Amino acid sequence: MAQMNMVQALNSAMDVMLARDSTVIVMGQDVGYFGGVFRCTDGLQRKYGEHRVIDTPIAEGGIIAAAIGMGVNGLRPVAEIQFADYIYPGFDQIASELARLRYRTAGDLYAPVTVRVPAGGGIRGGQTHSQSPEALFAHICGVKVVMPSNPYDAKGLLIAAIEDDDPVIFFEPKRLYNGPFDGDPNKPAIPWSTHPKGEVPDGHYRVPLGRADVVRAGNEVTVVTYGTLVHVAEAAAKANNVDAEIIDVRSMVPLDIETIATSVRKTGRCIVAHEATRFVGFGAELSATIQEECFWSLEAPIERVAGWDTPYPHAFEWEYFPGQARIGAALKKVRAAA
Amino acid sequence: MAATSRLHIPHPPARPGQRADFSYLKLSPAGAVARPDPRARADQMTNVSTSLVRVLDDDGKAVGPWDPHLDAADLQVGLRHMLTTRIYDDRMQRAQRQGKISFYIKSTGEEAVSIAATMALRPGDMLFPSYRTQGLQIARGRNLVDLMCQCLSNSRDMCKGRQMPIFYHWKDGKIFSVSGNLTTQVPQAAGWAMAAAIKGEDHIAAAWTGEGSTAEADFHHAMTFAAVYRAPVLINVVNNQWAISTFQGFAGGEQQTFAARGPGYGLPGIRVDGNDFLAVYAVTQWAAERARNGAGATLIEHVTYRAGAHSTSDDPSRYRPKDEWKEFPLGDPVERLKHHLIVLGAWSDDRHRALEQELDTLVTESWKEAISYGTMTEGPSLHPDTLFEDVFREMPEHLRRQRDELRKIRG
Repeated sequence: MAQMNMVQALNSAMDVMLARDSTVIVMGQDVGYFGGVFRCTDGLQRKYGEHRVIDTPIAEGGIIAAAIGMGVNGLRPVAEIQFADYIYPGFDQIASELARLRYRTAGDLYAPVTVRVPAGGGIRGGQTHSQSPEALFAHICGVKVVMPSNPYDAKGLLIAAIEDDDPVIFFEPKRLYNGPFDGDPNKPAIPWSTHPKGEVPDGHYRVPLGRADVVRAGNEVTVVTYGTLVHVAEAAAKANNVDAEIIDVRSMVPLDIETIATSVRKTGRCIVAHEATRFVGFGAELSATIQEECFWSLEAPIERVAGWDTPYPHAFEWEYFPGQARIGAALKKVRAAA
Repeated sequence: MAATSRLHIPHPPARPGQRADFSYLKLSPAGAVARPDPRARADQMTNVSTSLVRVLDDDGKAVGPWDPHLDAADLQVGLRHMLTTRIYDDRMQRAQRQGKISFYIKSTGEEAVSIAATMALRPGDMLFPSYRTQGLQIARGRNLVDLMCQCLSNSRDMCKGRQMPIFYHWKDGKIFSVSGNLTTQVPQAAGWAMAAAIKGEDHIAAAWTGEGSTAEADFHHAMTFAAVYRAPVLINVVNNQWAISTFQGFAGGEQQTFAARGPGYGLPGIRVDGNDFLAVYAVTQWAAERARNGAGATLIEHVTYRAGAHSTSDDPSRYRPKDEWKEFPLGDPVERLKHHLIVLGAWSDDRHRALEQELDTLVTESWKEAISYGTMTEGPSLHPDTLFEDVFREMPEHLRRQRDELRKIRG
């Protein structure tokens, strides 16, 4: 075991896989010589060479397309898109090609591509470095969609994603790269070494795709969330003395509805929270599915907490961010509802 | 007069009712274009991107430095593949008109572009087709019944009923899946070729796309990746003059050839007579040799003509002169190769008629067999459960539930 932040954990996952499987390659803008703008691929090119850790042109569509061709030709590419905000030139290659190749060829051809995508805000990134577009990808049939909330899960999920024969869009909440963040930007940053999930094995292990994690057991309200807001929800529940059961979804596709429904049937109350915008956000799917599965156990309407339906603003980042105040208010409202 | 900017709207030289006019096509005499060293630098051969590589002259003789010196037996195979494709296309078009299949796309007039190129490549090379390159399948020896079953979406359909007609693939024959999203396959081919180079194999990739589709960003991505990594990939632009109703000027062909885009990326661009079987073969062979020797990718513009409609849903009489194909200066690839074989003394009108009859019979027999595996309206058919398969390798819980829901509704 070692202490790792999320950047080191992701680096370790790729390191492990590059060493274990000669078909694994890492590609993307600035990932090679430089080691990535967030340092996630630091040192990997030096260790595995320029043919395994490949710098690419600034062309997200080209990166995804080339990864698909490589995948069809027996490689297992891990492609980095530098920011989620820049993934859209590659959207057609993901939605129309990567996601559907297996289906349209009746299983004959497929491309086991993992697309790593730093996402989310709270880093003074404005509307071009803060987006959380996971719902757009969860809506596509044929890609798995993942977002870890801590270093241990990040490494285990990334290894599972790389080993998976289906394409995986792997969102990394970049506000969590260097430490857990409880939503209060005025507090000094704390490192992952203060958090139990900052303990990460050096070698190979998997966190299976499609399984949610109950990060805090509780009885009053279930909070269904993922990414940065897992930590914000924990802090909000504590600050408001709510005995919340907090579920980290981890994998949006496939979705572990069993774990979520079991919890909501127990508590009878639920809030759904994410940083992405609310309208047709992934929370809408969660809320609808929980209602279908748990209607007769619900004692209050499901509450949604999300980013406002505006682009992510630069100056009013913390007014936009669904922080402890909004989650706390939702928790109290749902708990109090008759 | 004050200076003002002007918006230029490209117009084709002729519309319905007007005389076909191909004076815009710059031609070179057969044998006139020099053949560069396949290992030379791209900037030392820019002339081949604006001239036109041709081997067959008007008398049906093979001339000049690009003559690939193929045996008559190989040429006869090429002719057979082209005729098979043409007769297959005609039969499937008829099947669509009779309501037996929902849609069809013919490749009439462009057969050499697929077939000569495929014959110049090796079986281990990966082909990334566009939707008008059924000749790739035929040149690689695909059973016509398999192609027909795909068009019928029947119980033996390679795509399990998931695709419109003509969206074939062939894993064992190393032919990628046709996509309706145009040009997506070209940067994928560059990626496939990069992987071959990473693995140290000598297989290469070849992709086909229309001149109209070069306007897609994917074309730029493909050219950039192919050039940057010197990927062993052949990028074939099939300039058949028409993208549904817009002529090649709408994709940027008015001021410059499509092949001339190659040198801008640092790649050789070769403009070839796409209706000249020998020239297409020779240029492909040249580019394949270059790619296999580590000198990287080549852009090839095949100048040809889309003799038929874009698809069975299209009516070209609304936007171009009816007789345009007859006026096309590069003729018909089948007739030209046939003429060449006759000039060589290796073919005759009688043998040609006999071959046509043989292939007619083959296509008719294949069709009979194909419909025995079902049609859109008559069984045997696929089980509806299959619609939930292959979204993922393992069927996840939510799809199992939806499958069960459908089963319940069907009773």
